[in-house]
Amino acid sequence: MKIDSQTERRIIFIVLFIAVMLPLIFPIGWTSEVSPHVQMTYDMVDNTPEGSVVLLSFDYDPSTATELQPMAISLIEHAWKNNQRVIATALWPMGVKMADAAFQELLLKYPSKESGVDFVNLGYKTGGMVTIQAMGRDMKSVFPTDTKTIPYEDIPLLKTVRSLKDIQFVISLSAGDPGIKQWIMGAHDMFGVKVAGGTTAVSAPGFLPYINSQNQLYGLLGGLKAASEYEQLLGIVGPATVKMDSQSVAHVLILVFIAIGNVKAYKKRNSKKEGK
Amino acid sequence: MPNTESFFYMKTNRILYSIILLSLLNVCKMNAVHDTMVLDVPWDNGTALSIKIDYEPMWKHVILEKADSSGVFVPLSVFFEGQTEYIDSDVLANAKQIYRISAYTSDRKDSLIVVKGGVATEQWFYMGKLSMLILLVLICTAIMYFISLARRGKALFIRRINGLDSMDEAVGRATEKGKPILFIPGIGDLDDIQTIASLSILSHLAQRSAEYNTDIIVPCKYSMVMSAAREVVKEAYLKVGKPDAYKEQNIFYLTDDQFGYVAGIDGIMLREQPAANFFMGSFFAESLILAETGFSTGAIQTAGTAQAHQLPFFIVSCDYTLIGEELFAASAYLSNDPQQIGSLKGHDFGKVMLIVLTIAGVIFEILGLHGFKNFFTVG
Amino acid sequence: MKRTIPLLITFIVGLIVISSEFIPHRPFSMINSTLENWYLSISGFAIVLGLLSLVQVNSSKVYHKAENWQYSLASLVSLVVIVIFGVLWGMEDQRGILGNGEAISAFIGKKPFDYLFDNGITPLSSTMFSLLAFFIASAAYRAFIIRSFESNLLMITAVIVILGRTSFGPMLTSWLPKSLSFLHLPNLTDFILTYPSSAAQRAILMSASLGIIGSSLRIIIGLERSYLGSDE
Repeated sequence: MKIDSQTERRIIFIVLFIAVMLPLIFPIGWTSEVSPHVQMTYDMVDNTPEGSVVLLSFDYDPSTATELQPMAISLIEHAWKNNQRVIATALWPMGVKMADAAFQELLLKYPSKESGVDFVNLGYKTGGMVTIQAMGRDMKSVFPTDTKTIPYEDIPLLKTVRSLKDIQFVISLSAGDPGIKQWIMGAHDMFGVKVAGGTTAVSAPGFLPYINSQNQLYGLLGGLKAASEYEQLLGIVGPATVKMDSQSVAHVLILVFIAIGNVKAYKKRNSKKEGK
Repeated sequence: MPNTESFFYMKTNRILYSIILLSLLNVCKMNAVHDTMVLDVPWDNGTALSIKIDYEPMWKHVILEKADSSGVFVPLSVFFEGQTEYIDSDVLANAKQIYRISAYTSDRKDSLIVVKGGVATEQWFYMGKLSMLILLVLICTAIMYFISLARRGKALFIRRINGLDSMDEAVGRATEKGKPILFIPGIGDLDDIQTIASLSILSHLAQRSAEYNTDIIVPCKYSMVMSAAREVVKEAYLKVGKPDAYKEQNIFYLTDDQFGYVAGIDGIMLREQPAANFFMGSFFAESLILAETGFSTGAIQTAGTAQAHQLPFFIVSCDYTLIGEELFAASAYLSNDPQQIGSLKGHDFGKVMLIVLTIAGVIFEILGLHGFKNFFTVG
Repeated sequence: MKRTIPLLITFIVGLIVISSEFIPHRPFSMINSTLENWYLSISGFAIVLGLLSLVQVNSSKVYHKAENWQYSLASLVSLVVIVIFGVLWGMEDQRGILGNGEAISAFIGKKPFDYLFDNGITPLSSTMFSLLAFFIASAAYRAFIIRSFESNLLMITAVIVILGRTSFGPMLTSWLPKSLSFLHLPNLTDFILTYPSSAAQRAILMSASLGIIGSSLRIIIGLERSYLGSDE
């Protein structure tokens, strides 16, 4: 029986769908080993003194929330555990809502944390790289108010923050442009601020060259696996850990598809030779 | 009635003794805080001062305050254990700034206050960027030299780039099929040089499509890109003498949302079935979704990006892929302008220079001579 | 004239921006930040331009009943509804012109804007992104075919990296003795990603950067002007 390429694609899609669904319904419980770049990010947050002000940039939208939102939640939780104060900004319009969602979820677990004192959401600003450069000079001119329209100077957390240089580290959770690259070029290269990043698994290899002797990136979280590793380091079973089984099964299935594709190509080559 | 003179004498003596005692005490304490310096951060725009404190571990709480415009000290930072330096990056250039450092022991029974001042001055050069400037000057000089060579009529060879050679063929095929061409300028805004490079390619494609009377559809993620793309296509139609054939509604804004944009483009691919798709510019996680949907419609696909991590996806699903610098060379290559082609030779000089520097760097590091590497470390 | 002024602006601004990268002294530092503010202002206004284009293109399709006009209508209705909800009752902590819409919030659990965002935009966007998993599977099925020595190498590397990035992979090689720990799948994966893969990416990045320098120089000196719509 000959199957055309469109039908083949559909078969692949259906089998993959089943393979992803099953572990979500019947979890396997595989654990991951912590990779060095995740450990680096964890250490950076862990070694930052109590009371420091840190910045998380939400440079993504709901589409990539599956991979990036668990990272955001883990990173804020880690910072709060260490009594660090978190500023949220967004270079993507919908990042504002993602930051709000992350804070709201964590406030259920940490009800004592107070808006304006332990965390603040400064919202979205267009301009990408230019915005970061402007933040490096004067934060207040870029974000005159937070998302609740409270003036910058009335927010207790921001009393000692005049520019990016007053921030201990920046972590950009980014699904594209503007994102990690702009933070490296703007915050690290121009103002010497520590920068780490979190991105989707498909984009992660592109940022590896920035983990170098010049510490352009202090750590990198790549995809759901990294998010689950971070949860593991924090000792929590979060959304990423739950979804990792599905991802692992899907990876193995892709390997099976590659094997089938090769068998098919081998048979095709043989039949061509016989035809000659 | 007490003797006023002796009373005054006694009082003065007490104050004097107190001052001497306090001074002695402070001298002892100053030994505990070895040195406090307020220094101008060198080679900058005069907006930063470095406050350096060398103190004994007995001082557990070190608080730094800064005098505001009315002379009142306001808290600036609390030194954590082991911290010896604080950079205040919020000072006015060429104006004196006063700082007060208060140190306390852990039981808060003993304390010490030091007041120091400093002036931040503007410099005329970022010394840390000297290596960057030298490299930039060398590369730019090489590019200008090759441009002048080309101007003087010297024929310069550049290798063929299949992805660019095939563009006319793709437009031709779209014309034969009576289908439009789809051009995606990436998901970067107009401040991304990849988007600018993609608009240069769009200019060439729009001219061809105008000549062949084939529609060109350009959905944009940013409205600034849309405005620029409209201008580029309009001029291209004008240039080939067909301004009436230009359709402004074919170059439109879709959405700022990354995957909303992808959904919109996928819809266009499936409904309009373009015969040729061009993905040029900055792409991220959406690259494979776009390229695979295009592949399923059977269109000729050409992609070009400098995002190294998305190149594998394009190579798998597209017929031709421009890798990294090829995207930036496209405009010069397509224009056939000897001067622009000359500038491409300048890139080659840059490449040779980088290879030589890399090899030299490796050798110096192996020999344990770190000066070479340090010189090229921008900071 | 139409071309000369933009080219002149590009030349002057280009020189100022490059100079300010190396000269921290005024006026360079100030001009640069002023230019940044201008860009921020202009890009803010550009959103209006995009909105106008969206309304213009889609309403024209609906008005002329062009092919697939229903999609344009859905697009316009979505746009109007979300803008109205946002303006009337605001979002999250922000008030709208009619206040916080407590009555509606009590009924649907959230403000209308937030309700649409969480239950409309979020699942739709996630669905689009999740397509990636399916496309990666079908692309891998086509791409990793052994044809030559190079494709063989590519496939072996892919298998190692794919396995190394799963929770399942480490279990396969966890029995290896410590002396052979470099063959442990996650370690091999990290090695491939950190060294050969990063080295290749750095090379592409460096050559692309040279391309950027060349392109920028051509644009600044006015040799390259096709981005303005004409190469004459």
